[in-house]
Amino acid sequence: MKRVIFYILLTLGALVFLYPFLWVVIASLSPENQIGNLTFIPTSISFDAYSQMISKIPIFRAFLNSIFVATCVTAGVLVFGSMVGYALSRLEFKGRNMIFYMIIFTMTLPFQITLIPQYILMVEFHWVDTYWALIVPYLMNALAIVMFRQYFKSLPQSLIDAARIDGCNDFQIIFKILWPNSISAIVTIGIITFMTSWNEVLWPLIVIREDKLMTMPQLVTLFAVGGRAESQLGVKLAAATMLALPIVLAYLFFQKYFIQSMASTGLKE
Amino acid sequence: MPYMLHFFLFIAFPVVFSIVLTFHKWNIIAPMQYTGLANYIHLFNDAFFWKSLGNTLIFLAIHIPLQIIVALFLAEVLNQKIKFRGFFRAAFFLPVIVSGVVVTILWQQLYGFDTGLFNRILTSVGFSKIGWLTDPSWAMPSIAIMATWKNVGLYIILFLVGLQTVPAHYYEAAELEGANHMQKFFNITLPMINPTIFMVVILSTISGFSLFIEPYVMTGGGPLNSTLSAVLYIYKQGFFYYHMGYSATLGLFFALLILAVVAIQKKFIEKEQ
Repeated sequence: MKRVIFYILLTLGALVFLYPFLWVVIASLSPENQIGNLTFIPTSISFDAYSQMISKIPIFRAFLNSIFVATCVTAGVLVFGSMVGYALSRLEFKGRNMIFYMIIFTMTLPFQITLIPQYILMVEFHWVDTYWALIVPYLMNALAIVMFRQYFKSLPQSLIDAARIDGCNDFQIIFKILWPNSISAIVTIGIITFMTSWNEVLWPLIVIREDKLMTMPQLVTLFAVGGRAESQLGVKLAAATMLALPIVLAYLFFQKYFIQSMASTGLKE
Repeated sequence: MPYMLHFFLFIAFPVVFSIVLTFHKWNIIAPMQYTGLANYIHLFNDAFFWKSLGNTLIFLAIHIPLQIIVALFLAEVLNQKIKFRGFFRAAFFLPVIVSGVVVTILWQQLYGFDTGLFNRILTSVGFSKIGWLTDPSWAMPSIAIMATWKNVGLYIILFLVGLQTVPAHYYEAAELEGANHMQKFFNITLPMINPTIFMVVILSTISGFSLFIEPYVMTGGGPLNSTLSAVLYIYKQGFFYYHMGYSATLGLFFALLILAVVAIQKKFIEKEQ
């Protein structure tokens, strides 16, 4: 009996975290006058909110922008992160430790300090309202470098020595020898980077003004804050659903990796 | 080393430039104007900035303890021998991965004055409605509750990792002595996972200081600036009023403050251990 009550309470607890999302989806699919209802199954389904939203904002364009930006950023972080991580863990050169400490130092710097100067840099480069502004500042990431360095250190040196005897250069060693042996590190860093980039909203708000270049979270934010949703709740919720959907779908399939990845960034600090 | 180029361009240069900027007045279009310490003097007399700082601290003061209690409680529950643990863990974690914009739009509905779920529950059990987002003394706590709901999943995972490091024989010994669940929790679990608690405090301090999107979408900083967070104020100074020099000054000052707070926390922790 005690067990049963325990599971009922636990399930209620889980509902507190799950139901609100379900409600958003249901409400976005309901006709405007039924939105307030708290149900599990909508009584009537209407796609009005979605068609109105699509006519008001370029949501599909924003979706593609987000995919493009997050993919470029993730690829950059993985390629450059593993290169720098390799150099710091396996190559001997002057000032190696100093560079490593500098990287650690940048991890402790709050972003508030570089926000304005970075924006001005974008203005000077004429990168405002271009994809460059969304991608280039994020191509390198201190956390990714540190994680790659750590992971490469755990791999046996004999792997690299053998490759060298076979005549591989440093790039071949990184991408042909180390990468296939670091799948878990790559998945972890890839997921964190992609997710952070996908959900980033403050920076796009600053450097992008044109609708057709906006990322999804930015577009939905401005839609919700500005007058364009015209206080029609359904339309707002439809936009929110579209924004959440891709990452929730990815989460359903790769749930274990998401949790591991996020937990490992927390533990690294 | 491409890293060095990127480092100098996007980190070292901005830091130096930001310090230079703090001595100037600049709206990007007209040339920079040297103003000496004017920005700093303005900062110390800027009631809005101190208000935004105070708001951020109020947020942290509610958010951090609440987060630790809820996360620790749920982690303790999940650490029992239960079925479907993976499912429950995944459910609590879901809000962590979803964009803050979605969460904020969603909670705006829950907090609605007339039709919001919370007020409907309150009135149905006979209480009067609360102006969650319209009452200045409630607005920031409301945002802190929402932030807890969004982030707690991550901290549950961290606590679960911590709980699993407690050796099982400690509990067995305590059981032999006849300790009940509460006694075991306060005498064994809590002291053993102290390091995890400290880590959670530092992590949520850092993330709490960057509070921006929640008040931006939910309240725009109102009512009566009660949810104007420091980052939101910096953003407004820079990109609404184009006070670049002043905004950089605020950013620098705030960043140093964060570093100081985290350094003090770390010192305190080292002393404890």
